Amino acid sequence: MIEERKPYEQAFFASKPTAFTKFLRTCVIWQLVKFGIINLKMTLMLLKSHK
Amino acid sequence: MSRIVVLGAGISGHTAASYLRKLLPKEHEVVVISPNSKWNWIPSNIWVGVGEMEPEDVTFELGPIYKKAGIVFKQAKAIAIYPEGSSTISKPFVQIEHTSKESFGNQENIEYDYLINTTGPKLNFEATQGLGPEKNSLSVCSAQHAKETAKELKKTIETMKKGKNAVFLVGTGHGQSTCQGAAFEYAFNLDFILKKEKVKDKAKIVYITNEYELGDFGMGGVHIKNGGYLTHTKTFTESLFTERNVSWIKRAHVYKVEPNKAYYETLSGNHNEIEFDFAMLIPPFAGVGLKAYNKLNEDITQTLFVPNGFMKVDADYTQKPYEEWKASDWPKTYQNPTYKNIFAAGIAFAPPHSISKPMKSSNGTPIFPTPPRTGMPSAIIGRNCALNIIDMIKYGNQTPKHTASMAEIGAACVASTGAGFFSGTAASITVYPIVPDFEKYPEYGRDLLYTFGEIGLAGHWIKLLLHYGFIYKAKLKPFWFILPE
Ligand SMILES: Cc1cc2nc3c(=O)[nH]c(=O)nc-3n(C[C@H](O)[C@H](O)[C@H](O)COP(=O)(O)OP(=O)(O)OC[C@H]3O[C@@H](n4cnc5c(N)ncnc54)[C@H](O)[C@@H]3O)c2cc1C
Repeated sequence: MIEERKPYEQAFFASKPTAFTKFLRTCVIWQLVKFGIINLKMTLMLLKSHK
Repeated sequence: MSRIVVLGAGISGHTAASYLRKLLPKEHEVVVISPNSKWNWIPSNIWVGVGEMEPEDVTFELGPIYKKAGIVFKQAKAIAIYPEGSSTISKPFVQIEHTSKESFGNQENIEYDYLINTTGPKLNFEATQGLGPEKNSLSVCSAQHAKETAKELKKTIETMKKGKNAVFLVGTGHGQSTCQGAAFEYAFNLDFILKKEKVKDKAKIVYITNEYELGDFGMGGVHIKNGGYLTHTKTFTESLFTERNVSWIKRAHVYKVEPNKAYYETLSGNHNEIEFDFAMLIPPFAGVGLKAYNKLNEDITQTLFVPNGFMKVDADYTQKPYEEWKASDWPKTYQNPTYKNIFAAGIAFAPPHSISKPMKSSNGTPIFPTPPRTGMPSAIIGRNCALNIIDMIKYGNQTPKHTASMAEIGAACVASTGAGFFSGTAASITVYPIVPDFEKYPEYGRDLLYTFGEIGLAGHWIKLLLHYGFIYKAKLKPFWFILPE
């Protein structure tokens, strides 16, 4: 039942990731880097919240 | 010697009780009253609801943990608070009713010096005709609900494998529901499971929400830096859904659910219906319905609670238009203004107003999310109440100095699929502060350094870490207190 994406249908107006973006989302090395960055940012946010 | 009674052993109450016990000398008594013998890491109920985890993976018995820690645990539900005592009992007390098998239905009065109300939400399915697991829709709000949902999902998938198409309706079951994050995460997981079971081509997932735009999440949405732009979470959420062929109905108040059909009204005042084979709809939340009485046994529930049952704390409850709302309206210490030895934390406290802009349909039906109080703020606020009570006991100061305003606390929402290490993906969003402060951050109300969104495997690892980390902490294993709330 996959609906085709046609002009002016809801999905037509949304952004979709490119193949490269999708690749990066599952690329383990890139995601390890992201893991470090997200953890750091979340820790900073946590510290700010616990002040 | 003081006795501190904590009502509720959820994320907020369990945190408060654990810190009280750790930081107070043993001569003081910490009592936890909660109707369920188990603690539940509610965020992982989503994984139970798609069959990736079992209730045992997200719950554990509280009794042994509390026994070891020196916390008195009563498996009971609070019914009424007597903050002045009564004609026969001079001290303040809580009336409770036992829920354990051995003493089911027995009532008891528990005296207290300090009280923290962390009773969380009443899942108010009755607000929508036909809503809820006992009627015509499913839920993931408790581990048991999630287990039943997983069973129904399995059955639906079996019929799909035999060639049947199926419509999955996921979202909010009322115009005033909150917790959109959970519904969003469930839709995300559903897509993952249907693909894993190779039946996605037979599925149509429809997301129905009371949000004005997708990505509002009851917080007016957040702005994040993305590809050289500052984008609203609307863009982020619509993109995630489109990529997964999930369609959406927004600005909707579901007012009736029949066995395979939901009826809803939209902000434009139109009445519509949608047929489904499987519906997981989040109910609106209310307070658990505690009553309060004064010394003369007169009903003073209105003094302690707002009409929907949440407890009044140090917020500015003056009714004012959206444009005049301020971050400073939000509570800081969570102390009840009338009875200074009572605090409320987590979902149990009454917010001064919603965070999303209130909207009404042309028929006058309110359709907008009520404010979320997610895990991280619930735990931080619980700990904060504990610290204030400790100060009151140790130094006798009636004015608490520890503050934890939701306009100064952030939140992290990680919607993640797949319980495996490499098989998952996640959308991680963090926001700081939860309640926008337009005086401090004039453009968007948020600090954009700490407000961000990412999609990928990394977020999934973080969600797994949170799952195991929080359960470790809640089990009060060695050095539990080092892990932040
Ligand atoms: C499906 C789902 C997914 C979620 N995912 C996330 C997420 O990913 N991240 C996040 O931050 N938040 C998430 N949340 C929100 C989070 O679970 C809540 O913010 C949090 O549980 C609130 O904590 P609390 O202590 O106020 O309430 P609860 O955790 O609900 O605890 C309330 C406690 O009070 C007890 N109680 C009830 N009635 C009484 C009574 N009469 N007397 C005594 N005790 C009583 C209950 O048994 C329970 O122990 C999710 C919520 C749901 C439903």
